[in-house]
Amino acid sequence: MDEKIIKSPENIVYQKPRLMNDNTMHYCPGCGHSIVHKLVAEIIDEMQMQDQTIGVCPVGCAVFAYRYLDIDWIEAPHGRAPSCASATKRLWPNHLVFTYQGDGDLACIGTGETIHALNRGENITIIFINNAIYGMTGGQMAPTTLMGMKTSTCPYGRQADLHGFPLKISDIAATLEGTCYVTRQAVNTVGNIARTKKAIRQAFENSLQGRGSSLVEIVSTCSAGWKMSPEQSNKWLAENMLPYYPLGDLKKL
Amino acid sequence: MAKFKGIIEVDIARCKGCNLCAVACPFDLIQLSHQVNHNGYNYAVQVDATRCTGCSSCGIMCPDGCITVYRTKE
Repeated sequence: MDEKIIKSPENIVYQKPRLMNDNTMHYCPGCGHSIVHKLVAEIIDEMQMQDQTIGVCPVGCAVFAYRYLDIDWIEAPHGRAPSCASATKRLWPNHLVFTYQGDGDLACIGTGETIHALNRGENITIIFINNAIYGMTGGQMAPTTLMGMKTSTCPYGRQADLHGFPLKISDIAATLEGTCYVTRQAVNTVGNIARTKKAIRQAFENSLQGRGSSLVEIVSTCSAGWKMSPEQSNKWLAENMLPYYPLGDLKKL
Repeated sequence: MAKFKGIIEVDIARCKGCNLCAVACPFDLIQLSHQVNHNGYNYAVQVDATRCTGCSSCGIMCPDGCITVYRTKE
């Protein structure tokens, strides 16, 4: 069949989400952030909530998320995105409010805000990208860095006596009364991306129906911080990250 | 049985040459070009369109949304 016949608009089965604009993303090649951005854009478009969605950007690699998705955004101070989202949701109860945070923002400087917002049962969704490293500032150790993993601030590997243990935020969140949905997903394979999309959709619907807070942790790669190629990073994620951060629903009411 | 015929179109200017689409393709039909785009990245190209079924794995995997997938019945 002729190439020109196939390449007609009615044959399109996959394309860049409508809500994603044409700005070239600043993320490194193969970054998991961009995949999650794409999923969020697709879900908001499918739910037809473009005019009623307010996202809260973190500080970290995803600080410029407002440049890429054509929805309303707020830029929160470092770690304070869940507090901003709580206030926004209370002022705009009919809107879909979500935060998009990395592990340095959510699990380190913003631990207090995150846990208290989840514990209050605010009707927000927190999307938590866990790549076990501070990507934006140059690959320093994060609270979620695995034992023995080398970063620029623990060049001999993370040691329990010196640095403590990796923090499993989702496991903590699952014990809180205010949360209704806590899940951990990954974006390293096509199948995992499909499951992540379903999880984010579920979390968004929960927050719209006022069931409580939802936390979607997404185990992701940081090929620049881990000093690997995107392909190696995905393999390393499957071999090292997933045994410590097992995928699946931790809490579903 | 109807056979699906697919083809992909890569937005060369946005592509960052991460190679994840090539890994995701179940038939290994995508490779990185020897030529570079204006950012200096070796962009992805479909080397053999005849076996593509339009499964969209590459498009779903592509972090930058560079890939448009077309699919039709033969």
